[in-house]
Amino acid sequence: MAFLQSAVTRAGTFTGRKGRLPYLLLLPGMLWLFTFFILPIINLAGTSTQTPVLGGDTGQYVQTFRLANYIDAFNAARPQFARSFIYAFLATLLALAISYPLAYAIAFRSGRFKNILLVLVVAPFFTSFLLRTVAWKQILGEEGFVVPTLRALHIIGPQATLTASALAVVTGMTYNFLPFMTLPLYASLERIDPRTLEASNDLYANGITTFRKVTFPLSMPGVVAGTLLTFIPAAGDYVNAAILGNPNTTMIGNVIDSRFFRIVDYPTAAALSFMLMAAILILVTIYIRRSGTDELV
Amino acid sequence: MADASSSSHGDLKLTRVTKSFGDFTAVDDLTLTIPEGSFFALLGPSGCGKTTTLRMIAGLEEPTAGSIHIGTTDITTKKPYQRPVNTVFQNYALFPHLSIFENVAFGLRRRGVKDVKEQVDKVLKLVELPHLSERKPTQLSGGQQQRIALARAIVNRPALLLLDEPLGALDLKLRRQMQIELKWIQTEVGLTFVHVTHDQEEAMTMADTIAVMNEGRIEQMGSPAELYESPRTAFVANFLGQSNLIRGEVSSSDADQSIVEVHGQKIAIVKARNRAAGKSILVGIRPEKIRISLPNDPCTGNVLTGGIVSDVSFVGVSTQYVVEMPWKQDLMVFEQNDGGTPTLRPGDPVSLSWNAPFTFGLDGSEDVNAGSEVDDPA
Amino acid sequence: MSTVPIPTLPVSKRISRWFGRNLIRIYAVLGFTYLFVPVFYTIAFSFNNAGKSNLVWKGFTLSNWANPCGAPDVCAALGNSLKIGVIATTAATILGTLIAFAIGRHRFRGRATTNLLIFLPMATPEVVLGSSLLAMFLAFRINPGVWPTVAAHVMFCISFVVVTVKARIASLDPRLEQAAMDLYANERETFRRVTLPLVMPGIAGAALLAFSLSFDDFIITNFNSGTMNTFPKFVYTSAARGIPAQANVIGSSMFLIALVIVAAGQLVNRKKAR
Repeated sequence: MAFLQSAVTRAGTFTGRKGRLPYLLLLPGMLWLFTFFILPIINLAGTSTQTPVLGGDTGQYVQTFRLANYIDAFNAARPQFARSFIYAFLATLLALAISYPLAYAIAFRSGRFKNILLVLVVAPFFTSFLLRTVAWKQILGEEGFVVPTLRALHIIGPQATLTASALAVVTGMTYNFLPFMTLPLYASLERIDPRTLEASNDLYANGITTFRKVTFPLSMPGVVAGTLLTFIPAAGDYVNAAILGNPNTTMIGNVIDSRFFRIVDYPTAAALSFMLMAAILILVTIYIRRSGTDELV
Repeated sequence: MADASSSSHGDLKLTRVTKSFGDFTAVDDLTLTIPEGSFFALLGPSGCGKTTTLRMIAGLEEPTAGSIHIGTTDITTKKPYQRPVNTVFQNYALFPHLSIFENVAFGLRRRGVKDVKEQVDKVLKLVELPHLSERKPTQLSGGQQQRIALARAIVNRPALLLLDEPLGALDLKLRRQMQIELKWIQTEVGLTFVHVTHDQEEAMTMADTIAVMNEGRIEQMGSPAELYESPRTAFVANFLGQSNLIRGEVSSSDADQSIVEVHGQKIAIVKARNRAAGKSILVGIRPEKIRISLPNDPCTGNVLTGGIVSDVSFVGVSTQYVVEMPWKQDLMVFEQNDGGTPTLRPGDPVSLSWNAPFTFGLDGSEDVNAGSEVDDPA
Repeated sequence: MSTVPIPTLPVSKRISRWFGRNLIRIYAVLGFTYLFVPVFYTIAFSFNNAGKSNLVWKGFTLSNWANPCGAPDVCAALGNSLKIGVIATTAATILGTLIAFAIGRHRFRGRATTNLLIFLPMATPEVVLGSSLLAMFLAFRINPGVWPTVAAHVMFCISFVVVTVKARIASLDPRLEQAAMDLYANERETFRRVTLPLVMPGIAGAALLAFSLSFDDFIITNFNSGTMNTFPKFVYTSAARGIPAQANVIGSSMFLIALVIVAAGQLVNRKKAR
């Protein structure tokens, strides 16, 4: 409520004038979003219920409104669906566990190095995301130095590998989406008045209780934003699975990709895309409702 | 508001407490006893070490050296949550994500107190805001937030309540009202209040004992009247109200008074009120003690002649004159407005006089302007 | 009164205390190490005298840096990525900034819907964005390539630009604009002399973000670019055989250039603040 009120008054203080201007400002961008986001999604819904043209070439489909496409697609890609959500969930959890102390340290313990550290969080972004993923593959691969070392120390068996595994896919995703988690967390932690933490200490809460009762609740907007920004791209990702995984770690993105390009099965790919989007939107809506941070949107 | 947990705790004792941040010494070898049940004010300009002292008592800073006791218990290295001390923070530091009720209940819940609801309701009634218990802090006005911050602290019945510039964010009128209310609540709940402020009027209104701090040390400690009437240093004389300080030399002394020569004129000072170690002395007199009169009018007590009025400001309850003396020093004179509009104008020659016992003497080595160039935002 | 000695603790207790106090800092150092290991690896292997397969360290050389286009196709792919990045960034920054001003400075019917439409592309996985666009292009018999890719990049960059610029507008003190109007600046002058300069850092940041998103995008690009190669596509397709060291050179240069831009931006900000 307070948030809404302040938003209204803020907008109203200066240019409260109504008229065509805001719509003129919106028009070009909104038109673009409509053409290249909404229309494709609608078209995708259409494609998802098509069936192959009898006797036609590969890639020729006709609209028959076959909703059973969805059931077929889901059944065909059930393990990949499950994997996508489990991997994304694990990667989000890991990213949160790694990012929270990092963001906390930058927000409260970095002193005059704060800006430099913030730049450092984003800096890995500036080398290509694919280059970094390939770098991990090579560091942790057969030719890298990590695996021989671990084998020599008998930490892992002589045949064991670190890449081409579910673990590698999850940690790869964790790594790639880490800044998406760290930055919103930092932003919400930074906004906390350190005196509220002192007040909590003063009111008989020790460090852990203060974190549980004050710091963490106050950082909730950052937690919600960070987990969403990590979970959504992770669930749809297939690059990590392709580079760091094996045939048993494929995710829904890999299936959509191969249905499109290798099998040229547009309806199944469309149905899968649609289900993925719907599933994520439903999860996100429930999550935002439950965490009570509607103002994010 | 009687409560078992507020059983006798004893006095707060700071013994030779020092706090350094790198090269900077914020608090320098401070020894201080605050009697149980008193309303104690630490007064000083910003950067004088008063807030650091408060934070050490609260446990938010650890002293570099020295010890802090409540009664016989050493709390020097205790964590903030292990001390029977609560703080009303500057800008209140209310928890923005909790309701008013939960803010006030916070400390009780941490200590595992049973009748939380009852106690919170009681203290909200004391601060006269029981109807706001379900609101969030951002929905409250500054004055209401201030009271909730106070309620959140006193509900725990601490041995010591620390107030860090608690009224700084309020406007003047509300501040006056809250000063009276705070004083009343202190009497009501009978806790020891330690109040940090840079506002001398606030300290004088509320506290029964004031310690004036400057550069990490206590300049002087005593009741408001004591500090005002008998300042011992130029800093106190200038920081607490206004003073006229005039350089002079002690020319003769008898059993209970000395005669001081100031720029060729003679002034008497009671020996007990003279702090000067040697002959060199700063003669002090508060502006409202001085009578201003035409040169030919009869004067009694200490008299300084040859003044010229250089400025007159009428402020309602009084008229404030600036008088330039023959030795080119401006003296302030406040004349109570009991005789209608002022008759003197700039350029008029005048004599100044006052009852000799009002004179106080400071050591001649002191800086005449110490404490007066400090900005007082209040 | 006797002096109170400064309490001294036994060494073991002091060490554990130091750890207790610095735990979070130690953790932060570990976190940053994790973040930077692949970056340093990439930079180090740009100096590898590797020949075709850049998998094992074979000795230091500057020849990759001297001849960044030495590997086949890599510079063509880079050129495409830069071209698409610049066009998409320009378009998305303009369109997104206009929307941000509409939302941040005006009340109008449909504001909530607008916000939702901005939020949705960010909440949609890239595979869905990419595949749905391709399906539409195919349905309209538009061949994938440069322009479909640009269209896609503009689309997903707009939302990020809006969010970034909107945040900057919201943080402006409205009294600054009121002061400008009080000092005889009309709406247009107020916007040009006060509002726009103050929002400019936000717009610049948004453009930088849009460019890095566009330049680094693989999934959406892969769907809509057809046979046109881009730098991420090049890396992806050559990942199986080991990417040539020239790709590391390009990645490292991008990293260094971006760092210089950010550092320069910080310096400018600091100078302005003084």
